Amino acid sequence: MRIPLNWSPRSWLLLMGALPILAALFYPQPVMASEGLDSGDTAWMLTATALVLFMTIPGLSLFYGGLVRAKNVLSVLMQCFALTCVMTLVWVFWGYSLAFDTSGMEAGVVNLSSFVGGFGKAFLAGVGIEALTGTVPETVFVTFQMTFAIITPALIAGAFAERMKFSAMMLFMILWSTAVYAPICHMTWSGDGAYFWDKGILDFAGGTVVHINAGIAALVAALVIGKRRGYPGIIPPHSLVITVIGASMLWVGWFGFNAGSALAANGAAGMAMLVTQIATATAAVTWMLVEWLQHGKPSVLGVVTGAVAGLVAITPASGSVGPMGALAIGVVSGVACFWGATSLKHKLGYDDSLDAFGVHGVGGIVGALMTGAFAAESLGGQGLAEGMTIASQLWAQLVGVVITILYAGIVSFVLLKIVDSVIGLRVAEDDEERGLDISLHNEQGYYSEV
Amino acid sequence: MKLLKCIVRPNALEQVKEGLSALGIMGMTVSEVKGFGRQKGHKEVYRGAEYNIDFTPKLKIEVVVGDSIAARAIDAIKEAANTGNIGDGKVFVLPVEDVVRIRTGETGEAAI
Repeated sequence: MRIPLNWSPRSWLLLMGALPILAALFYPQPVMASEGLDSGDTAWMLTATALVLFMTIPGLSLFYGGLVRAKNVLSVLMQCFALTCVMTLVWVFWGYSLAFDTSGMEAGVVNLSSFVGGFGKAFLAGVGIEALTGTVPETVFVTFQMTFAIITPALIAGAFAERMKFSAMMLFMILWSTAVYAPICHMTWSGDGAYFWDKGILDFAGGTVVHINAGIAALVAALVIGKRRGYPGIIPPHSLVITVIGASMLWVGWFGFNAGSALAANGAAGMAMLVTQIATATAAVTWMLVEWLQHGKPSVLGVVTGAVAGLVAITPASGSVGPMGALAIGVVSGVACFWGATSLKHKLGYDDSLDAFGVHGVGGIVGALMTGAFAAESLGGQGLAEGMTIASQLWAQLVGVVITILYAGIVSFVLLKIVDSVIGLRVAEDDEERGLDISLHNEQGYYSEV
Repeated sequence: MKLLKCIVRPNALEQVKEGLSALGIMGMTVSEVKGFGRQKGHKEVYRGAEYNIDFTPKLKIEVVVGDSIAARAIDAIKEAANTGNIGDGKVFVLPVEDVVRIRTGETGEAAI
């Protein structure tokens, strides 16, 4: 081809400028990320992560905050906010590694790695910009799972509200996240070789990992730390307005919790969102009706607590049940958690201030068990795993529930006792009387001249 | 001079104020209080925990008046706050030793 030597420099420049543009038009650009990354999945998971963080700050903060007395409102907000920050660090330092490091894990093999991960991913070693978990960047997976590790301890705070020392709570939660949350998370979700995973125990978004775990720890904490001064007596919520706002935020955020656990923007996520909505609404209506019958009037606190009960119960089931299963789970959890938060608590006399066990513990157990049945195609679910029957799946679910209850219960008790002996769990009597906001934080939630 | 300490229903405030200003009584102090006498309280229920609350919200209106106008002031308050139902409230009449206007230092009835 003859080079046109008689072209002016300007013409050459124009040509050189046009070539890349022509190339871009005719030759598709290579994908700027590694093979396997799906931008749809990634976009959704980024969003889901934000939604789940929103569940803690300010969703749960407000839900719990409104339920305590005005003199303690800041202590609740402080616990949730500070836990968000500290659990982030714990997760980054060693939590993620203990939960999701898979070295030494082999399908069907039970070794130490079946119960807890190693330190291979401590300080997020290996989690670079190109690293992937499935079809999303590992960075997104790390942060998404982090929001779960954040909300679980925050849930426990509901049991010892209005009387626990902030320092003791922080220390306990750092230990608990390490010794209880990470292992249970590992056993359930880290993949082949994980103890619960290999048994085929179904827990889509954390019925066991989050709710039973937190619920049992909450019950133990309420028993160890003892009742509030004046309990049982007149200790009404100081602002149900705030509580309802918080509950609403929890509902919306929970779409990130359940649908996000699909780790993809696909049919599973869509179904998870749908069944979440159905179960929540059903549980709320159920609670409302039960309360209407029992007390003669439906209450706002009842309807939002019912909704939370449904949200909790559908959590483990959201990846495997269908709409009818969600309906059933909603009805049963509405009744069961109503019983757990009212009759059970008052009969046994423990002071689970904000019903962390009554709603999350009971709801988590109900949901985990019902998942076993309603995952089956015959009951409208996505279908049981190969080789599983409803009976064998129910048994697997029961095994998971029992082991979690025992492990979380025993280790939580031990950790509480350790913290109690080192710095003491409970505030002094007159500090409790004056209110934690002033006693622990030198602040008032609602300033008044007098 | 008399101090009239009136416990009335919250929604009686406007009428009491009007009734008193019709007599030329322009100042008063109001606080939100809770109390009970013969009126029954109410029930509150939070997650199955039933509380029987005896105390009902009321308003306490405090006004100092000259002796000459005291009887008419009490009548005006009675008329304004009366609904005929239990819980209408009470007026407590107390003697006042002295009154001082802070800005000018005036004392006695001139300071009311």
